[in-house]
Amino acid sequence: MLRFIVRRMVQLIGVVLVLSLLLFFWLRSLPGGPINALLGDRATPEQQEQLEQLLGLDQPLYVQYLRYMGRALQGEFGSSSSVIPGTDAFDVFLSRFPATIELAFFSVTLAIITAIPLGYFAARRRGRAVDNISIVASLVGIAVPVFFLAFLLKYYFSVKLGWLPVSGRQANLGCTRVTNFFILDGLLTREFDCSVSAVKHLILPSIALASIPFAVVFRITRASVLDVLHEDYVRTAEAKGLTARVIRGRHVLRNAMLPVLTIVGLQVGALLAGAVLTETVFSFPGIGEALALSFSARDYAVLQILILMSAVVFVVVNLVVDILYAVVDPRVRTS
Amino acid sequence: MAYSSTRPVADRDRPLLSVEDLTVTFGRQGEEPFRAVDGVSFTVRPGQTVGLVGESGCGKSVTSLAIMGLLPKRGNTVGGRVDFEGTDLLSLGDAELRNRRGKDLAMVFQDPLSSLNPVVPVGLQVTEVLERHRGMSRKAAMPVAADLLSRVGIPDPNRRVKDYPHQMSGGMRQRALVAIALACAPRLLIADEPTTALDVTIQAQILALLKELVEETGTALIMITHDLGVVAGLCDEVNVLYGGRIVERGPRHPIFREPRHPYTNGLLDSIPRLDTVGERLTPIPGSVADNLPWDHACAFAPRCSQPVEICTQTTPDLVTNGDRALRCHNPVEVPR
Ligand SMILES: Nc1ncnc2c1ncn2[C@@H]1O[C@H](COP(=O)(O)OP(=O)(O)O)[C@@H](O)[C@H]1O
Ligand SMILES: [Mg+2]
Repeated sequence: MLRFIVRRMVQLIGVVLVLSLLLFFWLRSLPGGPINALLGDRATPEQQEQLEQLLGLDQPLYVQYLRYMGRALQGEFGSSSSVIPGTDAFDVFLSRFPATIELAFFSVTLAIITAIPLGYFAARRRGRAVDNISIVASLVGIAVPVFFLAFLLKYYFSVKLGWLPVSGRQANLGCTRVTNFFILDGLLTREFDCSVSAVKHLILPSIALASIPFAVVFRITRASVLDVLHEDYVRTAEAKGLTARVIRGRHVLRNAMLPVLTIVGLQVGALLAGAVLTETVFSFPGIGEALALSFSARDYAVLQILILMSAVVFVVVNLVVDILYAVVDPRVRTS
Repeated sequence: MAYSSTRPVADRDRPLLSVEDLTVTFGRQGEEPFRAVDGVSFTVRPGQTVGLVGESGCGKSVTSLAIMGLLPKRGNTVGGRVDFEGTDLLSLGDAELRNRRGKDLAMVFQDPLSSLNPVVPVGLQVTEVLERHRGMSRKAAMPVAADLLSRVGIPDPNRRVKDYPHQMSGGMRQRALVAIALACAPRLLIADEPTTALDVTIQAQILALLKELVEETGTALIMITHDLGVVAGLCDEVNVLYGGRIVERGPRHPIFREPRHPYTNGLLDSIPRLDTVGERLTPIPGSVADNLPWDHACAFAPRCSQPVEICTQTTPDLVTNGDRALRCHNPVEVPR
């Protein structure tokens, strides 16, 4: 097991190196650039040239890349030009990361606790009303664009009904910061109103973002339960006279969850894409919003780090999923 | 509490199980209904071993699943009676049936590779029956489970209880399934082709084990097989099934020595015999696809070695004569 983890970590380093190279060249091939973004359209060519020299952008790309990597090894990732101007890009990532973790955690939890029971139920009542309604719901979840759903939720529940906050992560309550996970901070410092405010700010973005994993987890659960229900070992369990509860939990769900687990890991990628849209709609200060901001400002340093770290998170989450998989499935563990 | 002493002392002549006119029809609304089991009746006395023999697709598994109440909830209709110790199992509700399955009557299935849950340790798959029907705690049930595994011939049972199914061979898994089925000392065990998926040498071991265990515990056994050779060493009585109906029944030796139905005769010709080494095995020509409908003919007539005109015009009745029964217009006369 340890060897497996180490091997995956080494692979991760390779992934990061290759990705950083590709990103570096790709970002710089985009039209526009930080000079335009910083100086605006009316800057004179002399001014532009001066800034280019100052930032080292007049050098060949490979020189720029090597310099970048050299500095990166010393923990300097370049300073942000747009998101938090002047701050090191990695610190921008760190300040934004907890917000997105909270959002993603809420969304995935919401998706899982609704989609798995519903998927099981739909499979058991295949072809009946519950099944058909949930299939339509999951199709809607896939078909409706996340940003549209986000706008809709914001318009009804925040703007029109005024039940929930329109934007941001927390009301201005002067909360103490400990970990930058706002809910956790509120609990640690016993400023419970801070936690409550953070939760309120999370509800709508989480629902919007959960629509994608919900639909996928629902469909995989349903298909997987349908498969498992026909397995011989479920018939054996029935022949033993076990209670419906034991058969459901130990014999059906435990097996049916294996494919679901893999899918949840892979959904993290889709979740990051969705976070860009959701966070932008709700002005939620997380990684997604920072990505959008830095992209429009061609803030290379920040963009680079955010995308790289997203890849790292994706790989790490899938490593955790693989470990969990081995815990649940003895065939993987013992072979 | 010894398992065997708690049983009511059964009258050996009163049937333990009496299947009466069992019919199972498949087909949802709008589909052509298909009668997989068509008026099957037979009895099993306490401790008796009864064979249910016939080619693949003749309704053996469906019969056994109907007895156990394990047919799919939708898409079929079951008729007739399944009388077990005075209760009609077909009239029981889901909860009552669950209370009896695994305790009073148990089943071993064909494929040991897929019949055990791959993500649950074998020990737990044994103890869960004990927990369910004997009200034991898992802790108390574990040594009992190990004991059961050792009784079915699994070496090192205390270690094996922690194993997962994929760590065991096919033969071991089938032994484990037998242990599970016998865990609560049922009065009736149904074994549906328990050796078909196994190697020949392992087949013989499992059969010997089943024989030994039913003799030792007094459990009645319904042995389902397509192989008359399996029946030969095991069954007190044999029911031969064709196209969902019983075509011949009788005690083991008379059936083997003097089969009356051409189908039984054909089955006997298609199994290897030790006393006729070198003789060709002759399979029965045709397949079940050639069957005539039982409603107005003998279903077997198109494949029969000695059909007469009436066979394709009138349904033969199952006629009982002493301890034998036969459904045939033109029976085989010559003893083998
Ligand atoms: N769930 C089902 N739905 C429709 N037909 C079925 C079903 N199960 C079995 N059958 C049909 O019933 C017949 C008897 O099957 P079965 O009892 O499994 O045969 P076998 O004697 O080989 O065990 C077969 O023709 C089979 O196709
Ligand atoms: Mg069968």
